[in-house]
Amino acid sequence: MTESGAIPIAGRAAECPFDPVPELYEAQKDEELRRVTVPSPMLGEFDAVVLARYDDVKSVLADGGLHMGGSMPYQAGNLLSYDGPEHTRLRRMLTGSFTARRARELKPQIEGAVEAALDAVEKAGPGADLVQLFCAPIPTQVICELLGVPYSDREEFQRRTQVALDFDISREEQMRQAAEMEAYMAELVAQHREAPGDNVLGRVVRDFGDQLTDTELAGIGNMLLIAGHETIASTLSAAIALLLRHPDQLAVVRDDPSATEGAVEELLRICAPATILPRQAAGNICVRDREIEEGERVVASVLAANRDLGSHDENLDRLDVRRPPQRHLTFGFGPHQCLGQQLARVELRVALPALFNRFPTLGLTVPHEELDYRTNALVFGVDSLPVTW
Amino acid sequence: MKIAIHRNRCIAVGNCAALAPEVFDQSDEDGTVVVLDAAPPDHRHEQVREAALRCPSSAIALHGETPAHDG
Repeated sequence: MTESGAIPIAGRAAECPFDPVPELYEAQKDEELRRVTVPSPMLGEFDAVVLARYDDVKSVLADGGLHMGGSMPYQAGNLLSYDGPEHTRLRRMLTGSFTARRARELKPQIEGAVEAALDAVEKAGPGADLVQLFCAPIPTQVICELLGVPYSDREEFQRRTQVALDFDISREEQMRQAAEMEAYMAELVAQHREAPGDNVLGRVVRDFGDQLTDTELAGIGNMLLIAGHETIASTLSAAIALLLRHPDQLAVVRDDPSATEGAVEELLRICAPATILPRQAAGNICVRDREIEEGERVVASVLAANRDLGSHDENLDRLDVRRPPQRHLTFGFGPHQCLGQQLARVELRVALPALFNRFPTLGLTVPHEELDYRTNALVFGVDSLPVTW
Repeated sequence: MKIAIHRNRCIAVGNCAALAPEVFDQSDEDGTVVVLDAAPPDHRHEQVREAALRCPSSAIALHGETPAHDG
């Protein structure tokens, strides 16, 4: 084992919250694999191999040599708690509901959620917080519809998903909130058992209900809600903050519909909400002939890998929404690759241009430096975005 | 160009169906890849190569051209 260093694994540059700390780029250039100490709410501190190169991350995530390793709390029904054939079996029950076509078919509902959020911002007037009124409600609405969550329960849902991912809240409080969420999901599952709704959870109950326990079904619901809500809310908040720093880039997103797809990929690359992917070696594995021993923890830095120059000489820290598509690992790679990524893309493609078209002169009411970036939370984003127009 | 699928490898992420919807679809049942056009016309080759490259489980094989490299 080489030295355990103090690379802030999710650290961001002092002068720009979107860029990695220089140490991560140094780790990326290093031919040797570095071991660092990583803080974790679930595991306390642990030592881990850092992977910061795009090719390294992609290859280890693709080949199945890594397991999730209990870095997230175990939850029956949550795909992040499974590996191998058990994971495949469970995932296959859900993949039919998250195809590219189904994501496209949901566009009208997404547009409805976006319009409603824009109306709420307009009604609130200048000074409105886009995180509360736009970034969070849109994915919540969409995922709640997928799960058949009644409107009357949605505000409570949003609060719980926020709490569940906040580093500043005690472990006990997080566990309490998680328990409440599970209890609520159990109610939803019971309703679907009675009369399966025309939505993702209802579909799983109808097609696979005989193969799944109520606890597993509630876990599936819980996973989809958390995964579908906080990540997209955070990406939206970070993307809006980044575009407001670059008015020329914002103008492209606002004015050129043909640029939307590429712009969203570029924003996904830079604003990746999950900046580290913690795993554990399932056996002895090799990365570029360097060994990682069975049981060693491995942390992939999406933040660094998404800006891996490789053989290119472009500045990949710079936002360029017209850039030819760059590969990124924002949705991970391999068997655990994000189930909802096509849906996420459609949400971002609808929401961002609509925001800047409704409010063409959108700007912050505070200086950029005063924005509170969640640089130390599990999910990168911005806490609030007070705006005027 | 001829498209062949390693069906047992497909993990139903849907990048192919998103990138080249005229060539790939996904089954309603489990989301795994369905090839709509196994010998796509020239103007779709670029999209298909991109789809093969971005497939996270290397489930798409392309024949009748220089071997797809894993980037």
